[in-house]
Amino acid sequence: MGYSFTAPAKNWATEPIERTEILWITIAGSWCLFMFGWMIAWHWIGNQNMANEAYRTTPEVYAKKVEDFTAKYTVRQDKSDPSLPVVAPPPGSDVYLAASRWQWRPVVEFQKGKTYRVHISSLDWDHGFSLQPENINFQAYPGYEQVVTMTPNKSGQFSIVCNEYCGIGHHTMLGRIYVKE
Amino acid sequence: MAITTAQSPFRTDPLTGLRIDLTAQTLVKTNAVLAVVFLLVGGIAGLLVALTRWPAVHLLPADLFYIALTVHGIVALMVWIIFFEIAVLYFVGSTILSCRLAAPKMAWTQVVLMVVGAATTFVAILQGNSSVMMTSYVPMNAAPHFYLGLILFAVGALIGCGVFWGTLVIAKEEKTYEGSLPLTVYGCMIATVIAVFTIASGAIILIPTFLWSLGLIKSVDPMMYRVIWWAFGHSSQQINVTAHITIWYTVAGLAVGAKPMSEKVSRTAFLLYILFLQLGSVHHLLSDPGLSSAWKIFNTSYMMYLAVLASLIHGLTVPGSIEVAQRRNGLNNGLFEWLRKCPWGNPVFSSTILSIIIFGFIGGITGVVMSVEQVNMIVHNTIYVPGHFHGTVAGGTTLAFMGLTYYLIPVLFQRQLIAKPVAALTPWLFGIGISIFAVAMMGAGTLGVPRRHWDITFAGQALGFEFPGMAQMMMAVGEIGGVMAVLGGGLFCLIVVGSILIGEPVPANAKNIVAPAADAGGHKEIGMGGFEAPGTFVLAMVLFVTLVLYYFVNFKYLATLWTLA
Repeated sequence: MGYSFTAPAKNWATEPIERTEILWITIAGSWCLFMFGWMIAWHWIGNQNMANEAYRTTPEVYAKKVEDFTAKYTVRQDKSDPSLPVVAPPPGSDVYLAASRWQWRPVVEFQKGKTYRVHISSLDWDHGFSLQPENINFQAYPGYEQVVTMTPNKSGQFSIVCNEYCGIGHHTMLGRIYVKE
Repeated sequence: MAITTAQSPFRTDPLTGLRIDLTAQTLVKTNAVLAVVFLLVGGIAGLLVALTRWPAVHLLPADLFYIALTVHGIVALMVWIIFFEIAVLYFVGSTILSCRLAAPKMAWTQVVLMVVGAATTFVAILQGNSSVMMTSYVPMNAAPHFYLGLILFAVGALIGCGVFWGTLVIAKEEKTYEGSLPLTVYGCMIATVIAVFTIASGAIILIPTFLWSLGLIKSVDPMMYRVIWWAFGHSSQQINVTAHITIWYTVAGLAVGAKPMSEKVSRTAFLLYILFLQLGSVHHLLSDPGLSSAWKIFNTSYMMYLAVLASLIHGLTVPGSIEVAQRRNGLNNGLFEWLRKCPWGNPVFSSTILSIIIFGFIGGITGVVMSVEQVNMIVHNTIYVPGHFHGTVAGGTTLAFMGLTYYLIPVLFQRQLIAKPVAALTPWLFGIGISIFAVAMMGAGTLGVPRRHWDITFAGQALGFEFPGMAQMMMAVGEIGGVMAVLGGGLFCLIVVGSILIGEPVPANAKNIVAPAADAGGHKEIGMGGFEAPGTFVLAMVLFVTLVLYYFVNFKYLATLWTLA
């Protein structure tokens, strides 16, 4: 006779296991192995994967890169906020986006179906890169530069919402990406 | 080493037949009462958060909202739960093993350190310059006493684990039990092993951060902070999982006389937790720069999902043991007679079953899917994440702890519960409320709504963005569920405090309330088709199919996104 809170039978280690449990462990275990394999396989069969390309940097160095990038490819001022330059880099090029309290800069313009090497980093605290309404999310923090190779498959206006809490102005922090046909 | 006769007197509890060390009893009561007080504080903060994120209400201004959210995270996720876990450790270590509690003075030191620590951090947050959320990612900085309080609290918890281990040593030396440790004690021991790892990680990162906040260290690397902090932050939830699953097994015995289907299987599953569960800390780092996919995949899958397998095993064996017990007691007809005739009106039992269902179907399934390296990209830092962990920590852990509290009030305080019909209702209110909250938040998160965000309408912003109307509606529905859960939790706190203060004393000749062990004289031939728990197996397969479908639904959605490499 027993409970979980009384001492187990002396032979607990050799007692046979009931069929319900054996069958369940087999099914659940097989699924676990499948999920492990599928996550690895998606790196080959899937088109949405983490890049694993990252560099150490400093806020000063990175800010300079963003500034140079902006100066080089600015095509116009943004219609929603004329103080913001819209930057249209050529396909295949490196794109530098900087998060700081409380803005994602600069606004960029991509072409649908073209590929860009998007660099993401922060100039001060941790921030979130949340591309809406696509819902693609990355973490940004200072000192590390993450590179994600992106190929937009839709055109239109996309927003970058900060989804890592970054102080009292967090909920005002936005950025924008345009994708033209 | 000769340990002479125990110094503290014992009493034999009429309700359970347990031999209770009176010193342990006082300490368990103290920790449990403090836990419930902090649950109330955490719940009130949660209510304020819910009423602010409910778009039509939007109660607090931004600064107070971020204060309330920081309080809610720390108090509800750490303080309430760890105080209760210490109470469980002291109770299980001493009472289940009929042993005296080791080092009562150290145990009182634990109480003092944890109270002072929690209060210090709480004050720091209320002062307004430490609204850094529970995670306090550097280089965002809080006041030094914010970190100091957490460190004191953690040291207190570590001492609590030491007292538990000391008690196990005394029990072994004084031979208060025979053979292997009971599963309940074994599960608690596993939880303390994970706790020591967790607290060590917390110390490794919070001590330098404290020194940095004082200006003694120049900087703390943001990536190192996140990697080590999550070895603390996520692992502390693994203590909870281990503790609440131990409680599931225990309540199954107390309420329907169940015994584990197979000690060997359940113990192996617990052992897998020690080996692999902490790897899950990487779930929070999957979208971070600088960590390789190989490293992420190995860790996020808990080394080929071996810890997930362990949880799936517990998810079958606990209800399975209840089914076997019910069938042995004569409820052997059809697939589900045993389930229909469970003691649903008993809040101890209903809390536990709801905890199992919510933890499995809501917290568990989503946890497995969102922690896939690639799927995480559509989930990371959206409000899907709080949806998930309210399914595990509130619906799973807190609900299981509530159920056990209802059981322990008559045993430890020797008072009967007041307002029993209301008490019977509270697990349902809390469980259903938190389920609505969790599912709706996951819906809103799938539509991109960020977590920890005061204004998802971005009012007045030049670059504004409008979330779909559906997302706004999900936020409203979810927060209604949240308010419902707070109501259930608030009633729980009232009943607990009320019972302790004005509950009828339990008479000395009260009847034993532990359900008779079903395997003692029950039916031998049970089940269907050679399976002792066919009903549970069918329910487990429902969970399995849901998990598989949900897994592929997420990949289908993922495949429609921009190409990312």
